[in-house]
Amino acid sequence: MTVTTETREVGGQVGAARRHRDGVPKVAGEFAFASDLHRDGALFGATLRSSLASALIRRVDVGPALRIPGVRCALTHMDVPGRSTYGLEIPDQPVLAADRIRYQGEPVAIVAADTPALARRGVAAIAVDCEPLPALTDAEAAILPSAPPLHPDGNVLRRIEVRHGPDAWLERSDLVVVEGSYELGMQDQAFLGPEAGIAEPTPDGGVRLDVATQWLHVDRAQMASSLALPEEKVHLSLAGVGGAFGGREDLSVQIHAAMLALRTGRPIKMTYGREESFLGHVHRHPARLHYVHATDHEGRLRWVRARIVLDGGAYASSSRAVCLNAASTAVGPYRCPAARVEAIVAYTNNPPCGAMRGFGAVQTCFAYEAQMDKLAGALGLSPVELRLRNAADEQDELPTGQRFGRPAPAARLLTRLSQHPLPDMPLGSTFSGEAAAASQPGDLRRGVGWAVGFKNVGFSAGFNEHSTARVRLDADDSGLIATVHTAACEVGQGLVTVQEQIARTELPVAAVHLHTADTGVGNAGSSSASRQTWVTGGAVRDACRAVRRELVRSVCELAGCAEDDVTLDLDGARTPESTIPYAEVIGGRPVEATRVFRPPRTEALDDDGQGDAHFAFAYAAHRAVVDVDAELGIVRLVEIATTQDVGRAVNPLGVEGQIAGGIAQGIGLALMEELVLEDGQLRNGSFTDYLLPTSLDVPRIRAEVLELGHPESPYGLNGVGEPPTIASTAAIAAAVRDATGASVARVPIRPEDLVAEREHSWSP
Amino acid sequence: MRISLTLNGRATTASEVDPNASLLDLLRDDLGQVGSKDACRQGECGSCTVLLDGRLACACLVHAAQADGRSVLTIEGLGPSEGLTDLQQALLDRGAVQCGFCTPGIVVATLHLLERTPRPTEAEVRAALSGNLCRCTGYQSIVDAVLDVAAERSDS
Amino acid sequence: MSAIRPTTLADAVVVRSERPDLEPVAGGTDLMVEVNFGRTELAGVLDLTAVRELQGIDRDDRHIRIGAAHPMAEIEERLPDLAALAAAVATVGSPQIRARATLGGNLATASPAGDSLPALLVHDAEVEVAGTAGIRRMPLGEALVAPGRTTLRPDELIVAFRVPRSAWRSRFAKVGKRNAMVIATCSAAVAVNTDTGAARVAAGAVAPTARRLPAAEARLEELAGASATPTERALDELADAVRADIAPIDDHRSTAAYRRHATATLVRRLAGRLLSTP
Repeated sequence: MTVTTETREVGGQVGAARRHRDGVPKVAGEFAFASDLHRDGALFGATLRSSLASALIRRVDVGPALRIPGVRCALTHMDVPGRSTYGLEIPDQPVLAADRIRYQGEPVAIVAADTPALARRGVAAIAVDCEPLPALTDAEAAILPSAPPLHPDGNVLRRIEVRHGPDAWLERSDLVVVEGSYELGMQDQAFLGPEAGIAEPTPDGGVRLDVATQWLHVDRAQMASSLALPEEKVHLSLAGVGGAFGGREDLSVQIHAAMLALRTGRPIKMTYGREESFLGHVHRHPARLHYVHATDHEGRLRWVRARIVLDGGAYASSSRAVCLNAASTAVGPYRCPAARVEAIVAYTNNPPCGAMRGFGAVQTCFAYEAQMDKLAGALGLSPVELRLRNAADEQDELPTGQRFGRPAPAARLLTRLSQHPLPDMPLGSTFSGEAAAASQPGDLRRGVGWAVGFKNVGFSAGFNEHSTARVRLDADDSGLIATVHTAACEVGQGLVTVQEQIARTELPVAAVHLHTADTGVGNAGSSSASRQTWVTGGAVRDACRAVRRELVRSVCELAGCAEDDVTLDLDGARTPESTIPYAEVIGGRPVEATRVFRPPRTEALDDDGQGDAHFAFAYAAHRAVVDVDAELGIVRLVEIATTQDVGRAVNPLGVEGQIAGGIAQGIGLALMEELVLEDGQLRNGSFTDYLLPTSLDVPRIRAEVLELGHPESPYGLNGVGEPPTIASTAAIAAAVRDATGASVARVPIRPEDLVAEREHSWSP
Repeated sequence: MRISLTLNGRATTASEVDPNASLLDLLRDDLGQVGSKDACRQGECGSCTVLLDGRLACACLVHAAQADGRSVLTIEGLGPSEGLTDLQQALLDRGAVQCGFCTPGIVVATLHLLERTPRPTEAEVRAALSGNLCRCTGYQSIVDAVLDVAAERSDS
Repeated sequence: MSAIRPTTLADAVVVRSERPDLEPVAGGTDLMVEVNFGRTELAGVLDLTAVRELQGIDRDDRHIRIGAAHPMAEIEERLPDLAALAAAVATVGSPQIRARATLGGNLATASPAGDSLPALLVHDAEVEVAGTAGIRRMPLGEALVAPGRTTLRPDELIVAFRVPRSAWRSRFAKVGKRNAMVIATCSAAVAVNTDTGAARVAAGAVAPTARRLPAAEARLEELAGASATPTERALDELADAVRADIAPIDDHRSTAAYRRHATATLVRRLAGRLLSTP
C-alpha cells in the first residue's frame, strides 16, 4: 500500500512502526486462540437452537438427551440460577428461551457431554414441542400500531426525533430539492476465529472463564447476574481472539459454558462451527433510509429531512446506541442549518442486530453520500466541488446541535484525495478467474466515485466512558521492567503493541510485560467504537506517569536530591552525583499504580434530539475506481484511494492495517456480503454463500494518512478502526453509478438489480 | 481407524480415529496439532491449508484415512526450530498479521507458491492466495510481504 | 478395516462390490463437506486416489483420455486443445480445491453448477465406468439425471472421461459475484468443429443438470457455416434460442430472470469471440 505518514519516534515508542507484539507465535501457529484451548478432563458443550423464527414453546424434553451414554447434563431456562435474561442495553434476551422463540437460532437448551460429537447428538435428541407463529420480518410493518408486539413495550425499540434549526428553512421555493430512498442489507462481521471458551468451576463456588470476547467486564456483569454469583466470584480471562468487528460484544458461550461447568463440576469447552457462528452473534442493522436534501442554487445545503428505519431483530443488543449514532451522523460531515431526522430501530423476528464496525454511521453515509451525488448532478457541479462547498468546519453543527469541533478535516481530506492521480490500469485488469472469460475489456466501463464520512469515537450520550490500567515497575540487571495490566481486549488490531509503545514512551524500560487481559483489574470498556487506543492508551499513559513520579521520589530519597535533578536514563536514574541502577532504586519493592482514564464528558440527547452526545469524531474520504460489465451486472474494483486523519499514528503499521482491513469490509458490503433471510430464516449461513472479498477482490489501496492532532486526546491521537469502513461502501456505489448510470439505491449491489435497471432504462 | 503418517518429517500414529474424521480433525483432536485452524469445514476459507505429499490441500476436505501412509506438512513443521523463516519474518515486518487466524494457512499456501514460482507477479500472488480468506488485513500487506521475500531470495 | 486404498481398478471394483459400506472418495471436496456437517455418516472410505487407471492424461489417434481422479490443477495446462475444459477447471474453487478436485467428483456429485460438466458436454465427452459387470461407456449427457443423481449403478466407479480428438474450438465462461471461490450463478460452454461444422452449446446452473442446448446449437451451426462474421441480429437470435432451452430458478444466489439473461449473454459473447477469431 502506498502510505504517506511520518515515522518520527524510534525505539518502539508512540509513532514507531511496530510489529504485532503477538506476531511471532501467530506466524508460527503457536498462538492459542480460544478454539485451540485444551483442558484435561473437560467436557464439551453444545447448544440447541431454534429452527423457527417465531414460535411459542410448549415443552422442552431433555430426557432423550440424558439417556445417551456420555451425555452428562442438559439444561433449559429452568436451570438458569439467576436473572433469566441479559443484554448490553436492555436485559431482554433470554439465556435460554422459556416460552417464546423470537428468532431462528435462538438458544433453547444446552448439553454437556464427553465429546463434541456426543454433545451434538445430545442436542439433536432433545424434543421440543413448538407452536409456530407468524414471523414479523419487515421493520416498517413491525412499527405499525397494528403489528403484534414482540416485546411488552411494543416493537419500536427506540425512536429519536431530531429537530435542528428553524422550521422556516424547510421550504422548497427557489431551492434545488432531491429525494431518494436507500436500502442496506444485513452484513455480518464474519470474524474467522469461531466463538469459543472454556469455563471451569472454582473452589469458592464461582467460575472462571477463558473466552474470546471484546469486553470482559460487561460479560462478567451479565454472567454474575444470570448465575446468581457476586462478580468477585466470576473471573474472566481473555483467550486468543480471531477477529471481532463488533460481533463479540454480545454474549455467546459465556453463560452457557458457565452453567454447564457449575452443574457438572467439570471444565466445559464450547466452540461454535461456522453456521452456528452466523446464528450465534449479532449482525449489522439492515436499514431503509429516505432522504430529502435541499440546497440553494450555489449548492449550499439549506435543509435535510431524513427518515431512517433500522431492523434491530429479535433482541435489543446495542440497537439503541446504533440508532443514536445514525441520528447524529444523519447529514454527514456537512454544514446544514436545518435538519429534521427521525431514526427508528424496530424489533422484528429477524436475527438480532448490534455492533458492527461503523455502528449506524455506515448506513447513513451510504444514503447521504448518494444524495450529495444526486445534488451535484442536479446542480451541474462535480461530486467533489459540491462536497467542498458544504464540508463542515469546526464551528458548524451536527443535526444534534453539537459542534463538529477540532479538527473538522472533511474538506482537506477530499482536496488531498482529489489530487491523487487516477490509476493507470487497463480496463479489465482486475477481472480474473472466471470473470476474465465472461467479460472482455470491450464489455466494460470504468467509473469513479467519491465519498467522505465520519464517525463518533467512543461511547456516547453520557455513558460512563472510561478505562483502567495498572502498571508495575520491577528492575533487574537489564534495567527497568514494566508490567502493564488492563482488561482491554486484543482482537487483532494491535492494542497490545500500542500499550507497549506507550509504556516505552513514558518510561525508560528495558522490557515491557503485558499481563493477560482479565477481570483482575478494572473495566477497560469494549474493543469497539474506535476507542481503545484513546481510552485504554490514556489509562496506560497515566499509570505509567504515576509510577514514574513514584520512581523519581524514590530516587530523591535515596540520593538526597531534588526531583529536578533526576533524569531517568535507560541504564539507571541519573543524579548530579551518580547513576543509580534501577534494581537499587526499586530494591525489591515494586512500584505500582492503577489509573482510570476518562475522555471528555458527553450528554444524552434531549427531546428535540439535541445534545453534545459524543466526545470526538474521526473522518475519512474515499475514492473508488471500478470496472463494470453493465450487461452482466458484474463489478470489480480497480483501486481504492483514501485519505484519513488519525490524529497521531501511534503505530503506522497498525494504522495501515486498519485502513486496508476496514476498506475490505466496505467492499464486502458494497458488492457481495449479505445475509439472505426469507421469513426470518437464514439461507446462506456459510462461507459458500456468504461471500467475503478474497485476495482477488480487494485491489491496491492507496492511503494517505494525515496526523492533524486531536486537541483533547493522549498524544493527539484519534480513533482509527471504523472510518475506513464508513465511506468506502458509498464511494464504490458512486463509482458504479458513474460507470452505468444506474441508481444503485441498495447495497450490496446485486448483478440482477443492475441488469434490471438497465433493461428498464433501455426499453423503448 | 488407525492412521500412520509422516507429520512434519516425523513418523506419527493415531489410533481410534473416528471414521468420519477429516485430516483436520486428526491433526487438531487426535494429534494435538492446533496450528491448522478450523473456521468453516467446507474448504472455503483456507485456514486449514496443509501440504499432503507436497500438494496443497484443505485438511478439512481430506478424509483422515487418505493421509495414511502419506506425508503431511503443517505450520508446525515450517522453518527452523529456532527463529522464523524469511516469509514469517516478512509477514511480521509488513504488519500482515493482525488477529492471525488466517496466518498459518497463508504461510503454507505461500510456501507452496514460492516453491513453484520463485518470482511471482502480484497477480500470481493474489491468485495463489485466493483460497485463503483474511478478514483483518485487506490482503495488501500479505501480498507485499510475499513479494518482498521473493525479491530478496532472488537477490541473494 | 474402515479404509482401503487399492492401486488397480480391478481391486477397486472388487472392494466396491464387497464393501458397499465404504464410501468411494477421491478429492473429497464435496463428500467431506457432507461428512463435516453430519449430513453423511461414514463407516469408512474407499480411497480411489491411488488407482492408476483413474490417473493420467493420455492421447491416442482418436481420443484424449483423462483419468477421473486426476486432480484438476494438473489438467489445466495439459489441455490446450480442450480450451473450454481447461478454462472451466481453472475456475473451480481455489488453489486448494483444484489441487484435489476431480472430474469424476464433478460427475458423481452431479450438481447443476458443476463447472467442468458443460465444458465436457461441448467436447462430446464420454464417461467410462467400471463395475462388476465390466466396463461401459456412455455419453456424459446420459449419465446426468438430476441434482445429485447419475445413471451409475451402485457397484460402478467412474474411471475416465474420453473426448474424441477433433478440430473443436471451444470456450467456457461463468458468472459469479467475486473473483474466486464462487459457485456459478450460471455458466456456458460453446464449441465449433472446424472440420465438420458441428456446433455445441452447453450451460450449467440453469437446469437440474448441466445440459446441451439443442436450439442454440442449431443456430450456432448456421452461424459457423456462414462465411461472414455473424451480425448482431444473428447473435441476438442465438441468445433467444439459449433462453428457450434453459430452465433457471430463483434461489438465494440469484434470480431466474437474471440467470436467463446472463446465460444468453455468455453464449452470445463466447460465440461471437469464437467465430471472429481466425
